[in-house]
Amino acid sequence: MSVPAFTGSNVMDVDAAKIRGAGSNVHFDKVSVAYGAHVVLHPLTLDIAPGEILAMIGPSGSGKTTALRAVAGFVRPASGRIRIGATDVTDLPPYERGLGMVVQNYALFPHMRVEDNVAFGLRAQGADKSLIGERVKDSLATVGMSGFAKRYPRELSGGQQQRVAIARALAVRPRVLLLDEPLSALDAQIRRNMVEEIAKLHRDLPGLTILYVTHDQTEALTLADKIAIMRDGRVSSHGPTIELYRRPPNRFTAEFLGRANLLPVTVAEGADGPKGLAKARLGDAVLAGAGRSEKPGDKTLLCIRPQHLSLTGDAEHTNRIVGTLKEVHWQGELTHLVLDVDGTPVRVSATRLPMSLPERGSAMPLFFTPGDTSLVPEDVRG
Amino acid sequence: MPGRFWIVPPAALLALLFFYPLALIVQQAFTDDSGMANVAEFARVLHARFFLNALINTITISVAATAGCLVVGLVLGLILAFVPFPGSGVIARLIDTFIALPTFLVTLAFTFLYGSAGMLNAGLMEVFSLQAPPVNFLYSTWGVVLAEVTVYSPFVLRPLLAAFSLVDRGQIEAASVLGARPFRIVRQVILPAAVPALIAGGSLCLLLTVNEFGIVLFIGAKGVITLPLLIYSKAIQESAYQVACIIAVINIALSLGLFGLYRFAAGRLGA
Repeated sequence: MSVPAFTGSNVMDVDAAKIRGAGSNVHFDKVSVAYGAHVVLHPLTLDIAPGEILAMIGPSGSGKTTALRAVAGFVRPASGRIRIGATDVTDLPPYERGLGMVVQNYALFPHMRVEDNVAFGLRAQGADKSLIGERVKDSLATVGMSGFAKRYPRELSGGQQQRVAIARALAVRPRVLLLDEPLSALDAQIRRNMVEEIAKLHRDLPGLTILYVTHDQTEALTLADKIAIMRDGRVSSHGPTIELYRRPPNRFTAEFLGRANLLPVTVAEGADGPKGLAKARLGDAVLAGAGRSEKPGDKTLLCIRPQHLSLTGDAEHTNRIVGTLKEVHWQGELTHLVLDVDGTPVRVSATRLPMSLPERGSAMPLFFTPGDTSLVPEDVRG
Repeated sequence: MPGRFWIVPPAALLALLFFYPLALIVQQAFTDDSGMANVAEFARVLHARFFLNALINTITISVAATAGCLVVGLVLGLILAFVPFPGSGVIARLIDTFIALPTFLVTLAFTFLYGSAGMLNAGLMEVFSLQAPPVNFLYSTWGVVLAEVTVYSPFVLRPLLAAFSLVDRGQIEAASVLGARPFRIVRQVILPAAVPALIAGGSLCLLLTVNEFGIVLFIGAKGVITLPLLIYSKAIQESAYQVACIIAVINIALSLGLFGLYRFAAGRLGA
């Protein structure tokens, strides 16, 4: 089987020209998966462009891993087709799909040295000895593990094992790299480092298409060009990461991605002007935020992130609400406040606090800019 | 009673039921019928044709049967562990029950199936109008081997299934995505993880088949004399007790060696 290589340079000062090629797009065409009568993935239509990182996130049982396993070939769709590049892979076994995969528990072969783990796929595909040697060397250098070629997996830390697993997947020059919760087994500090390393890896291998399944929104926000938020076997929302974060299309997305504050409001004026700002009423306050096609009188939700709420007003922070201070949690670099605004709990993440905070139970104003605010339809369930 | 004295009851029981009879056998092996010490007889038996034939038969049958058990156990284990099909658990438990059955039962069933007057021969003679039964393999070394493979394969299958259940499915999937076909995955991912189980199951089979008596006796194949059968024949039919004890000592040494191998492998497996 020939597997196309991907484009880009390597990460760790290795000859960049050695790792080249073109990633492929992935196309889900109404793909559904069911176990008996139980549907775990409802018809899914989705595209991942060549060189794109798509993060699938969602709670447990939302269907994100099922979708990845369908691409890998471990789950047979009940209906629909999956294409990678120009190839319909729906009926192909996993070993003919030209993919790489990294899973949560690394899945390294314990009886093989690191170099043999990395060479495994190339040997399976019948590559020449010289090519295998070259690819193993390059792939290990790419993940900064050149000095560990002779070690066994049990002699490596969790983070090192995961790097080897990535090197093993990269060595076969996959058309698409599947990452299934790859960092979940690592502790917080190593996870942060690995997220940065994967981001760097993709910057240097821009042609590599990646499907990244995670339940960690930070990983998704850091790495993904696009995010698909899954819920109950369906895509709740899908779009460019920043767009989805700034203007969540529904309540579930707003809450799942960044735990936004959602205040029930009544539309006073529909979106207008070049900025598309609408006006909404919350009690006596009239608040401006990015609107869609709301009409005056519509009941909707006003979405504002905890870190966009300021305790002090200025010329930009023109939106003002007043709440009752309920809780204060100091966490070093951040202080988290919880206020009650018209019966809705509102979280505030503040980097700087005023000299003195009011007593718990006191009224306290909050300020935010219209540009950081958007209206989210209440009635759209993901 | 101080704690250290608790060793006395089990040690006394062992001495009475195991070590004393064993010592008697060893003593008898070096003592002739008149009660005099006789080492020369030991050397004579070691070079005797009847002993060498029995030793060769024993080794041939046990090695062949063990190899057969390993192959059958491995194939069945791979199917039961990695090929999902409804009822695989029931099949595994059914195969397990073979361990509980007396060994001669399978031999008896084989006689009904493949014996001279068994169903296969009767059917073939009827269909092809034959005068003599065409299938005679049961009354040969290979008949014994087949019966032993049938009886002892579960002893390989059981530890193999335990080992297979510990194989990380993620490794198999990773190998598959990397381009490995099923045969390569079995060879390079699954089997290395199952080697201790294969050694443990195989050495246990070897141990049991070396000492197998019932199957060989029940089949009664002409000229197929193994060490246990030879001991029986010398002691019971010929009353040659010293010869029987000499062969028994060699049989015991062989068994203990194999048992040591089994414990070593089982220890590696964590059993």
